[in-house]
Amino acid sequence: MSVTGLDAGVEKVTATPRRLRLSPLQWVGVGLGAVLVLSILRVVTGANDVDSSGLLIAAFGLAVPIALAGLGGLWSERAGVVNIGLEGMMILGTWGAGFLGYHLGPWWGLVGAVIGGAVGGLIHAIATVTFGVDHIVSGVALNIVALGFAKYLSVRFFSTLPGGGPTQSPPLEELPTISIPGLSDALGELEQKHIFFISDLAGVLRAFCTNVSVVTILAVLLFIATAYILWRSTFGLRLRSVGESPVAAESLGVNVLRYKFLAVLVSGGLAGLGGGFLALVAANVFRDGQTGGRGYIGLAAMIFGNWRPGGLLAGSVLFGYTDAAQLRGGGTTVHAFLLLLAVLLIGIGIWQIVRKGRVVQGVIALVVGVIVGAWYALTDIVPPELSSTLPYVTTLLVLAFASQRLRMPAADGQIYRKGEGH
Amino acid sequence: MSTFSPRKLLLAVAAPVLALVVAFLVTSAILLLLGDPVVEVWQTILSWPKPRQLVQIVNGATVYYLSAIAVAVGFRMNLFNIGVDGQYRVAVFAGAAFAGQAWFPGPLNVLLTIVVAMVAGGLWASIAAYLKVRRGISEVISTIMLNAIATGVVQWLLLKVAVKQQGSNSISTKPIPESSQLDGLGLVPGATNKVYTLILLAVLVGALYWFVINKTRFGFDLRATGRSESAAVASGVKVPRMVVTTMIASGALAGLIGMPLLFGQDHSYGTTFQAGLGFAGIGIALLGRNHPLGIAAAALLWSFLDVQSNALQIRAGVASEVVFIIQGVILFAVVIAYELIRRADVRLEQQRVARELAATRSDAPTPEGATA
Repeated sequence: MSVTGLDAGVEKVTATPRRLRLSPLQWVGVGLGAVLVLSILRVVTGANDVDSSGLLIAAFGLAVPIALAGLGGLWSERAGVVNIGLEGMMILGTWGAGFLGYHLGPWWGLVGAVIGGAVGGLIHAIATVTFGVDHIVSGVALNIVALGFAKYLSVRFFSTLPGGGPTQSPPLEELPTISIPGLSDALGELEQKHIFFISDLAGVLRAFCTNVSVVTILAVLLFIATAYILWRSTFGLRLRSVGESPVAAESLGVNVLRYKFLAVLVSGGLAGLGGGFLALVAANVFRDGQTGGRGYIGLAAMIFGNWRPGGLLAGSVLFGYTDAAQLRGGGTTVHAFLLLLAVLLIGIGIWQIVRKGRVVQGVIALVVGVIVGAWYALTDIVPPELSSTLPYVTTLLVLAFASQRLRMPAADGQIYRKGEGH
Repeated sequence: MSTFSPRKLLLAVAAPVLALVVAFLVTSAILLLLGDPVVEVWQTILSWPKPRQLVQIVNGATVYYLSAIAVAVGFRMNLFNIGVDGQYRVAVFAGAAFAGQAWFPGPLNVLLTIVVAMVAGGLWASIAAYLKVRRGISEVISTIMLNAIATGVVQWLLLKVAVKQQGSNSISTKPIPESSQLDGLGLVPGATNKVYTLILLAVLVGALYWFVINKTRFGFDLRATGRSESAAVASGVKVPRMVVTTMIASGALAGLIGMPLLFGQDHSYGTTFQAGLGFAGIGIALLGRNHPLGIAAAALLWSFLDVQSNALQIRAGVASEVVFIIQGVILFAVVIAYELIRRADVRLEQQRVARELAATRSDAPTPEGATA
């Protein structure tokens, strides 16, 4: 699944992997199963925060910027342009949100975020599509450039403002949030009773109807729109064809470079909006270094989601959740996860040995599982410095188990020159 | 062939010159747009540095150089080790903790610390190597995640071994004994500060890098893999093994980045230790085109801009952060310029071959075709 660069002879699934097609009812089943696992975990470990509505609201809040960055990555990579520059585009988005958000109000802040991100997308598009620079080189350079621009522009425009400083904007006005009045409170009461499974389910439902930001709703709409445009419209078919086989697309009259350029621009706008969410909704202020690598995590979520919107959303929620868990519960909640991880690893180990006959891998998983289990049993809390790494460790573990079943767009990361196929 | 080397040389010089001119113009345009005093900014940055600043430039460049070489080893074979940042922090922490114990006398302590740091950096990088060759995870993603994980792990370990410093909130490892501290070399006359002794290490690393990449079987395999993986595989290169070796070598080199700072300046690793060196290394490696001398020039330029921008606030009334814009624009201009020049080179080469072929085919070669 390497973005570009070396294959390194890693064995890959060559046949089209069996696509997981679930009906809506089965999805609900999967969701209920996850709630069940969490409620068992809550009862066994006594860490009440593992599925509280407070944690889940925070998790959704943290998932939105990651999901938007990933959605940006989806647009550009579906058109065959690897976008490691999402982080930089997000950074420009946070600054744009801070600047327009302060001067014209929060709604214009969202516009500023999209413009900021799109400027990043424009630079990446000019370098990779117009000039044919290596996608990763350009993306890495963009991240360095964007960081520098945001640093200078914030010193230049925010230091003299009341309440602002060289590394942060003045406080920004809040965007409205939406709650369903009666339902939210009723579910909250039910949740407080800590009944096995029922309270857990109430907590999850409450998270969906309490203090939902308008930007979150906008993000959901953008996901639906992306899924429709890319997979159900002629435009989307052409855009994806450019990422799969630009030569074939061009022979059918598709203007390959124009599609790629446009896709990278949209990509920048979406990533910028993700940055805008951080500044306008999550923090109500622009701060230097606010993105904290979320652009990269968005890219990882997109890879984890197999370059599809549904999977990307699931990945974002997973990372948002682990991030919220370490931010809110700190060591205690993360400590509870150790038990889950130990059980999972031991399960995988047994499965590898018994069903797959891979003794070495199985034994490794078993040994690591037992070590993690011992860590859980012998300590009460994970040190905060280590628990802060949870989202990143989760990303690596998930990719390590999933990456060989993924298939990226066939021409992803390849430089295309006009008329290459003749 | 020798008649064509002037063209190669010209093109090699043309790219950076073109890029610097473009960067100058673009940055000036941005400054004009923002209403900043363009002339004063360039006057400050392009003024001749004082002896003291010269030393600062050389010292900064030494550290950047090591960082960029660590990155360049991977770049030469299309292996994008974005994790140099995490690797050097893990390594310098391990090295500082080891050196602080003072188990060995003076210079021996220095040597062994360097070995410890290289091993630590290499081990941290080997995680990414394993994930790439066995689990198929792109090193770009895994090393970025490992950078974040390194931050947490190093903080945690630092708290375990830290000693409290008097009158300061920062914590650090135990300072290294005085016998192992390196005073520096008084290379610049008239300067009160000294050049890091470990600039010698940077020179040695640069020479070794050139030798290994250009004169050994390993270096040949590495470059071949970078040019065309399928061709390398066909000629018997074991790419997974190359990935593991190169990633670990890159990590081990990353382990050296903090050494000049540790022995020549900070004498311990703590919360105030210079951060972000790995990312600067990526930019400098791109700028220097992965060539040992090119990187040296790029590192000096980067460090020159860093040091010269310090006076901007006082002399031009512009925040020194403007240097990030200049560095960033140079970087972009350079990667685009290299691509343009590379393409021009290919086109000229194609034309030359076409002319030669035309000349050999016709019975009476036309003089224009042969000499142009």
